[in-house]
Amino acid sequence: MLGRTANGVFWMARYLERAENTARLLDAGFRMALTRDVLTAEAEWRSVILTVGQTAGFEAVHGQAYTGDKVWNFLLRDKANPGSVLAMLEGARTNARSVRTALTREVWEAVNESWMLLSEWLARPVKEAVLGQVLAAVRRQMTLVRGAMDGTMLRNEIHNFTRMGTFIERADNTARILDVKYYVLLPSIAWVGSSLDNVQWESVLRSVAGDRAYRWLNAGAMDPRGIAQFLILDQRFPRSLHFCIDKLRSNLRGLAHEYGHETGAHELLRGLGTQFHDATIESIVEHGLHEFITEFIACNQQVAQAIERDYRFYA
Amino acid sequence: MGQTTAAFDEMLTQAGGVRAAYGDYREWFDAQDPALLRRKNGEAENFFRRTGITFNVYGDDAGEERLIPFDMVPRIVTPNEWRKLSRGIEQRVRALNAFLHDIYHRQEIVRAGRLPQRLIAENAAFLPQMVGFVPPGGVYTHIVGVDLVRTGPDEFMVLEDNARTPSGVSYMLENRETMMAMFPELFTRVKVAPVQDYPRRLARSLAACAPAAAGDRPTVAVLTPGIYNSAYFEHAFLADQMGAELVEGSDLRVVDGRVAMRTTRGYEPIDVLYRRVDDEYLDPLTFNPNSALGVPGIMDIYRAGGITIANAPGTGIADDKAIYSFMPEIVEFYTGEKPLLQNVPTWRCSEKDSLAYVLDNLAELVVKEVHGSGGYGMLIGPTSSRKEIEAFALKLRAKPESYIAQPTLALSTVPIFTRAGLAPRHVDLRPFVLVSPKGIEITPGGLTRVALKKGSLVVNSSQGGGTKDTWVLED
Repeated sequence: MLGRTANGVFWMARYLERAENTARLLDAGFRMALTRDVLTAEAEWRSVILTVGQTAGFEAVHGQAYTGDKVWNFLLRDKANPGSVLAMLEGARTNARSVRTALTREVWEAVNESWMLLSEWLARPVKEAVLGQVLAAVRRQMTLVRGAMDGTMLRNEIHNFTRMGTFIERADNTARILDVKYYVLLPSIAWVGSSLDNVQWESVLRSVAGDRAYRWLNAGAMDPRGIAQFLILDQRFPRSLHFCIDKLRSNLRGLAHEYGHETGAHELLRGLGTQFHDATIESIVEHGLHEFITEFIACNQQVAQAIERDYRFYA
Repeated sequence: MGQTTAAFDEMLTQAGGVRAAYGDYREWFDAQDPALLRRKNGEAENFFRRTGITFNVYGDDAGEERLIPFDMVPRIVTPNEWRKLSRGIEQRVRALNAFLHDIYHRQEIVRAGRLPQRLIAENAAFLPQMVGFVPPGGVYTHIVGVDLVRTGPDEFMVLEDNARTPSGVSYMLENRETMMAMFPELFTRVKVAPVQDYPRRLARSLAACAPAAAGDRPTVAVLTPGIYNSAYFEHAFLADQMGAELVEGSDLRVVDGRVAMRTTRGYEPIDVLYRRVDDEYLDPLTFNPNSALGVPGIMDIYRAGGITIANAPGTGIADDKAIYSFMPEIVEFYTGEKPLLQNVPTWRCSEKDSLAYVLDNLAELVVKEVHGSGGYGMLIGPTSSRKEIEAFALKLRAKPESYIAQPTLALSTVPIFTRAGLAPRHVDLRPFVLVSPKGIEITPGGLTRVALKKGSLVVNSSQGGGTKDTWVLED
């Protein structure tokens, strides 16, 4: 397949995943804000912006005014924000259009329809009364695209590159959420174990759709360490770091099998995988959760760059 | 102007009866619930939008995509009419290829005094790089679209030849898909010749033109300028249907004496390039040095026999509108036969007497730029204001050799579906032709373009025209 095509499906998948994650994060922020006083709500919204790495962009437009309405419109549809959901959808759709021949008709139509539908939703500022609906629509459309991929795509290199785009992006997202939660969200260490703390952890779980799964596994008890373990190490949970790494590995293995050789990306990923193989939540906390996550995010990024280089995405 | 009343109606006889070709269809149509048909019409539009069957309009906001309006009443051609048309088209396409070979070699037609030398020498579409070179398989124009208009029961005329990069074949195919999805029962009732195998035929025809350097299974790729090109949908569609790669200039480079595409495994050679990029942008080393759409060095590889370019560079000389006016002579010169299909009468403004006539009669004529395409830069006398006509006369006087003029023909009409029922609108027809050393194939059907405004003769999609499914009936 063409290097440009691999690039196109990889980034299509990354943009779709990022749009969905942003919507999930906003949903969690929204729910928390509804149960908080104004000041705490602002801190929540600030953390949402921080998690997606948009602090500078947001403050350039709105200063310190971290009100819900400004935050969600900035992240959903602001033209000044290249990381908005709307910009992600356009990016995904443009990539899909430029690699249409690599996609099944169903995948292309799902992407195109999502873009059509959601750009209509996002054509005007989103009012509080419809925010929940809009966020649900983003999640639903992305689920539709994923379903079309799952149900119709040949399991070949095109599929491998698409999946790797999804999991690079998802791993990055889960890691950032954890990091922000640990280091920013809690006003001080004294809050650990308080009811505020528990509500925040629950919102983190909600944002990755892991709240119910976690309760099944832990009989309803919210425990920060247990949640961190769940989000980092549980191989059964589709948004955990370990799960994402496993998927990256199996897709890269698919490429090695098809191409008959490995590349630098395989080597890098092996390094990352080893960390997970031996890790326990105790060893991670001892090492420092923030340090662990910072290293993870950097390494994940290096894997992405290695894939782009090794498979000739660019001229 | 009375254009509409004077025109030949393809569905109805003058007495108000239904012509034979439309008998079965009309019987079906009359039995339908109009409200249901209206609903289906809306569904068709949604289908096109969701599928992304769009084209981009130049001059609009960059990248704006529009739908080409689709009308659900088919244009129907009888087996007899089609046989006659195909014979005429085949003769014409054979002549076009022979003509191209000749003007890039001995120019016998000029020596014989049948075509003025200056028409070639001064023509921007004539490429000196092609002189003395024979393309692989001897084929110059691999894909041809012939624009036909009809003015009476037996009067089909050629309005234009498209020998460089004819577009619209994807609409022919999608229109048929749409019709079959909307009205499956119609196709069990009426026997319509299939068009769906066009992409397979195209792939086979292109592969048959592969250069000597190719192996048993030639690699075919479609070269597109990219997603902002007006016909991008078609480029992607054809590549997809042929199972070929859709490449852009930035994907290609010359490697080890072959044109190769950058894949995830490295560079892989291409044998046949179906290019949808104009000559001028094909090779920055040979033509426009500022172009990023093409491949530096591809012309050298081409001339060395390392790749087939379809259509061949320099074929534009054959569909130039100034050459068009000589097509009757060209057909006769190379086939030794009388042309089976007539040209529309054409005045060459480069000729003094013709110019005088055209200037005197601008209000009744259609004047076209010799090198223009797609309905840009033309004057339609009968629908233009006095001011527009005067402005155009100035341009015409300044550069008469850049223009030809034709009478406003009473193009035939086929009804379209409107809220108020069926209403006649003018149409033209572009059948698609494939040429390889193994022969000439014409897909039974084509793209019917239809003017959507009452009385309008403008069918170009860039000017607001629509399309219809075209049915060639089977015996």
